[in-house]
Amino acid sequence: MTGGARIWALHLALVAVLFAALFVLPTYHATNLARIMVLAVFAMGYNLAFGYTGLLSLGHAMFFAAGMFAMGLPTWHWGWGGGPALLLGLVAGGAMAGAVGLLALRTAGVSFMIVTLMFAQAGYLTILYFGQVTGGDEGFVVEAAARSLFGFDLSSDVPRYLAALALFALALAGCLWLVRSPFGRVMVAMRENEERSRMLGYDPFRVKLAALVISGLYAGAAGAAYGLLFGYVGGSFATIQYSILPLLYVLLGGAGTVLGPFLGALAMFYLIDITSGFTSAWLFFVGAALVLLILFAPKGILGTIRERGARWLP
Amino acid sequence: MAAVLALTAVGLNLVFGVMRVVNVAHGEFFMLGAIGAWFVTQYLPVPAAMAWIAALVIAPLAVGAIAALADVTVLKRLKYDPEATIVATIGLLYIFQQAALSFYGPDARPVAPPFHLRLQLPWFGYSGYKLFVVVAAAVILLGVWLMMTRTRAGLVMRATQVDRETARNFGIDVDRVYAGTFALGAALAAAAAVLIVPIQQAHYLMGHDPLLLSFIVVIIGGLGSLRGTLVAALIIGLSDGVISMFFSPTLAKIIATLAVALVLVFRPQGLFGAKE
Amino acid sequence: MAALMQTEGLVRHFGGLRAVDGVDFRLEPGEIHALIGPNGAGKTTFVSLLSGRLPVQAGRITLAGQDITRLPAHARVRAGIAYTFQITSIYPRLTVFDNVALAVQSRGAADIAAGVAEALGRVGLTGLDAQEAGTLSYGHQRLLEVAMGLALKPRVLILDEPTQGLAAGEIEGFKALIRSLVPDTTILLIEHNMDVVMDLADRITVLNFGRVLAVGTPDAVRADPGVQDAYLGGHHAAG
Repeated sequence: MTGGARIWALHLALVAVLFAALFVLPTYHATNLARIMVLAVFAMGYNLAFGYTGLLSLGHAMFFAAGMFAMGLPTWHWGWGGGPALLLGLVAGGAMAGAVGLLALRTAGVSFMIVTLMFAQAGYLTILYFGQVTGGDEGFVVEAAARSLFGFDLSSDVPRYLAALALFALALAGCLWLVRSPFGRVMVAMRENEERSRMLGYDPFRVKLAALVISGLYAGAAGAAYGLLFGYVGGSFATIQYSILPLLYVLLGGAGTVLGPFLGALAMFYLIDITSGFTSAWLFFVGAALVLLILFAPKGILGTIRERGARWLP
Repeated sequence: MAAVLALTAVGLNLVFGVMRVVNVAHGEFFMLGAIGAWFVTQYLPVPAAMAWIAALVIAPLAVGAIAALADVTVLKRLKYDPEATIVATIGLLYIFQQAALSFYGPDARPVAPPFHLRLQLPWFGYSGYKLFVVVAAAVILLGVWLMMTRTRAGLVMRATQVDRETARNFGIDVDRVYAGTFALGAALAAAAAVLIVPIQQAHYLMGHDPLLLSFIVVIIGGLGSLRGTLVAALIIGLSDGVISMFFSPTLAKIIATLAVALVLVFRPQGLFGAKE
Repeated sequence: MAALMQTEGLVRHFGGLRAVDGVDFRLEPGEIHALIGPNGAGKTTFVSLLSGRLPVQAGRITLAGQDITRLPAHARVRAGIAYTFQITSIYPRLTVFDNVALAVQSRGAADIAAGVAEALGRVGLTGLDAQEAGTLSYGHQRLLEVAMGLALKPRVLILDEPTQGLAAGEIEGFKALIRSLVPDTTILLIEHNMDVVMDLADRITVLNFGRVLAVGTPDAVRADPGVQDAYLGGHHAAG
């Protein structure tokens, strides 16, 4: 199918561009881009639940932090290596999403938002409560020995960037494949008309739970990678802010598009970077962005482009 | 504290009950009320007591006006879609919070109470002001209740709550009712803040805790039920103190947040609310 | 011949209103069975109970001998009951292809494209694959919904007022389609259009006030005095 090949080519091209960027950009921007790519993985996961399946969760920080701490705690307390810890982070994110989903998915809409928010808040408070073990709000620095994968030292710029790029590419491929698969169709169907989907034989609870767990896997992987690559684990990543950020990235880039989360992360990151340069009230711009987006451009950048003519964009 | 919490929570509940929207920025209206009180008492060249009373009148009105503006410019345009409104109010939260940071600064500043009185009771001394807070809150709540049940405005609000479409067909300007309700909810929060600010201090982040607590109260009491909110506020306001004696405050908060989540999952109508 | 689907004493009420009040019903395999009755007789409620959209309050439902009373709606679809909505319920923002594909996927077909082509072919919507479903004409949307039902390859296809809003020519096409489906699929249809009912149905059940008034062949039902009083009173048995 030429349509499919074209789509895969487009996404591969992005990965290629990002790869080339490593050699062209100054270190500051390259490191930023590494951060953005990891955050984009987080946002892609969020997009699967929100953009495609229609689950507006306000608690994704809890999955991100679960991954981060599942990576960080074993390396700190038990001397685990980077690779296994990363995998544990991935699993932790998914497991957390599954556990929370079992309860939260009994609600919908506004209730679902509040329930996920509350669980995430409880998670954050639990991290604080067990501060002895977790480092609480201050957090802790990840063991240098753990910050290596397959012999490459992740604290130096080039391996770190490549590791982030590898994760991003894998996540992007996974997302694209899923979205174009039969199950991807079912996810969208659940969002578009749940009753009809039920009467076609689909169990709404199972579908939503699956979407949430996949979303959690992405979030956990991103959290673990973020900690491993940038060397710091802290309770602040479990706060409401880190649940709002993926929502913001996805809204800006385009909910329900594969490349949207990355675009949104890129744009938002630099917006915050620039505004925090001249005011400590940069969250103001985050708030303003949210309001403006939801009022005037709820489909985001790619979403609007898709509506206006590029229907084939996944 | 329970009294102030009740006042704030009633504001949130009113907004949800009539407009069916959840206002995440509600805590920020609280904070704006406190900061408004500080501004008024700082800059009004009258004795402390009078300035405070002026603040009690001015701040809620100002915050109410801000709220009405927010409703008309943002919320109405979203047609009060529940999910979009929550996202928008999150944005508003950051806007208000950071604006306060910019204009008021990051410090906590005290506001002088209108009077100093200590009552010596046989068991414990109690600040006369705190008693006054409870009384004042009760008076305001009574006023709200009377307004809702006895006046025409209250009737209009309750009618819109029951059925938006029918109300519209009866010639009620639903948009204005909504703007007014939103303003009233905000004003109640602001009033609560003015009452409490002599005891606490005014700080740009102070909206966070009242928001969470109001949420807990409103959900456990039942979204849309005034009586439920009051009962829940009493229970939570008083038990917060008790639990904090036995457990750490963090653990108390954990329990509270989980309680809200579980109530929503298993008993969404709370204690007194009606099933949708 | 064992009934394909059967209910015993089915009850469902809403507050004080007894919408379905102790209905015994039999659906024979391979037949076209029509369910008729005045507005408010409980037809849609009954069919919602069969498809699982509403929970049963008393009584039993069996499908091929298996008790499905407690089975949730999506599981009943998997068991072979397909339902098309009274008010067309498709995915307006998805393409026609995607709409039908969802049904084809659900029954586990390996070749989705072939399944879609077959279903669209049977209802006469071939070639409209890429069109956004919401932009179809009303008649075509109804046909799309029937296609989705067919794509499930169900044992029982329940159609809730399928000819409502269709033009005369479309109705003729629809009747031919239904006739082509039996005996592989058993059809239960709710209809107000008496011409369609008399023409298509092998047997008719008449509901009134949540109770069965009469069951039988079209001629028998037409001749039944109780039915004439309650329902067919103003209609002449011309068709």
